Amino acid sequence: MSILAITDLHIDLRTSDGPRPIVDGIDLVLEKGRIHGLAGESGSGKTMTALAILGLLPESMKSSGSIALMRDGATTELLGASRQVLAAIRGRRVAMVFQDPSTSLHPQISVGRQLTDHMRHHLKLGKREARARAIELLERVSAPDPSGALSKFPHQFSGGQRQRIAIAVALACDPDVLLADEPTTALDVTVQAGVLQLLRELVDDSGLSVLLVTHDLGVMSAVADEVTVMRSGRVVESAPREQLFTHPQHEYTKSLLAALPGSALEESPEALVHELLAAPIQEDAQ
Amino acid sequence: MTAPVLTTSDVVVEYRGRPPLRAVDGVSLAIGAGEVVALVGESGCGKSSLARAVIGIEKRASGTVTFGASDVPVLGIRRRPRALTGMQMVFQDPNSSLNPRRRVGDQIGDGVSAALARGEAGSNPAEWLERVGLDPNAARSYPHQFSGGQKQRIAIARALAARPEMLVADEPISALDASTQTSVAALMRALCLEAGAGMLFISHDLSVVRRIADRTLVMYRGRIVESGHTETIWQGPIHPYTQALLAAIPVPDGAGRLPITPMDADRLAWTETIPEALERTAP
Repeated sequence: MSILAITDLHIDLRTSDGPRPIVDGIDLVLEKGRIHGLAGESGSGKTMTALAILGLLPESMKSSGSIALMRDGATTELLGASRQVLAAIRGRRVAMVFQDPSTSLHPQISVGRQLTDHMRHHLKLGKREARARAIELLERVSAPDPSGALSKFPHQFSGGQRQRIAIAVALACDPDVLLADEPTTALDVTVQAGVLQLLRELVDDSGLSVLLVTHDLGVMSAVADEVTVMRSGRVVESAPREQLFTHPQHEYTKSLLAALPGSALEESPEALVHELLAAPIQEDAQ
Repeated sequence: MTAPVLTTSDVVVEYRGRPPLRAVDGVSLAIGAGEVVALVGESGCGKSSLARAVIGIEKRASGTVTFGASDVPVLGIRRRPRALTGMQMVFQDPNSSLNPRRRVGDQIGDGVSAALARGEAGSNPAEWLERVGLDPNAARSYPHQFSGGQKQRIAIARALAARPEMLVADEPISALDASTQTSVAALMRALCLEAGAGMLFISHDLSVVRRIADRTLVMYRGRIVESGHTETIWQGPIHPYTQALLAAIPVPDGAGRLPITPMDADRLAWTETIPEALERTAP
């Protein structure tokens, strides 16, 4: 059952030379209870796609196409939705986790208030109920000392713990969809492993659907069920995880895997140097 | 190994505070000509502090660094003596290491002048651009006209144009797109070997390090906990920290296997000193 469907999404940056395409007609379907990986290099349009879902695109961007959020047979169109519609969806039905928890959590507001504020707003919970649920959530994400954590501030936690708290904040109103933009990129690998495990458990236990945006194909291989590869605003290839990693169809996907140590298509460093020197202007200048 | 080009002995770096923070806690290492040594570890383990101490821009609380025949003094931001230009650096972010207002050819030319000043052979900046896979006619361009990966290759060209005997690279690939990380690292190795220079390659990415380093040093909380032949460490890590670090790397094989999360209790063993884990040799 699909929960989020992106159809022919275009995002253009307004410039003095006319619109410049950032996302150029992509289609993507997120199934319920699955982790859909959105991979691509910097500038491929993956983050803009995620931001468009919540209507968070910068003023300078213009979007068209369709982003449909489905539940119980009812469909809500998110692209171009009114402020009221978006306000009722943000944090309630679609929540987001960003790369750097030290910027997504408010440094001067206690963890407890950041967790309970939107629960009280969206779910109309009382103070005590919200507090009980906050403790439950912190236990769920394995934060240390859940009840003590409520009165603490983000800086009192390590990077990995902060990201767990940011995930708890995102899950506070029991959303259907979690958008995770590079959620482990700022973390050390030993800490990343724990956050990936948490994401997988949340999806398997509660039927949450995750759109996981990352450039790291190792992370994709560990947790994603489906993977969509983007390049220059277009979808290059979209396939179930195993198929993508073992039998990629597109040349670009193959070249990504060739450069990836430990992948099935890995090339020797010598071959990679040879290619780098043979194709000098292969990267897109920023 | 012939006489090492770079040696450090019991280097300690401390930052002020109460109590002082010991970022590097007695590190000794030796790197020979034409040898690539990787220093790996997670953020905050002291690897960048060590790199800065090695090139003399970080104050050492104690310990010595020797490059060739001379001691490396603590220079701070002072100009380095001529002999020390035989040690060159590549930093993480080419945007801050390249001068945005100067043509890239001129910046590579600085390296060439450093080589000439030491009585080494000169070279042409365009040649260096070509050797790092860029258009030799781009010497008149400015840094902003290149992508991130290309800028880093210019920074590498600038460093190598000085004909160094030792290249110290602090996270030189972590700001690059994944598809070019391994190839740029491999290019650095190839160019160093060609020039007969040694390289200290600092990275948190073990899977790339495995491809390019002859020897690896694993650092945790300011100490080297495991060191030696790269593939030997990879195949059979001895120190619990190295074991945890390797097990936590996701394998991109599409099998959907979650990497192993270390338990909090395990972390206690990570600071242990295990003599067998040091100076490991190829089987």
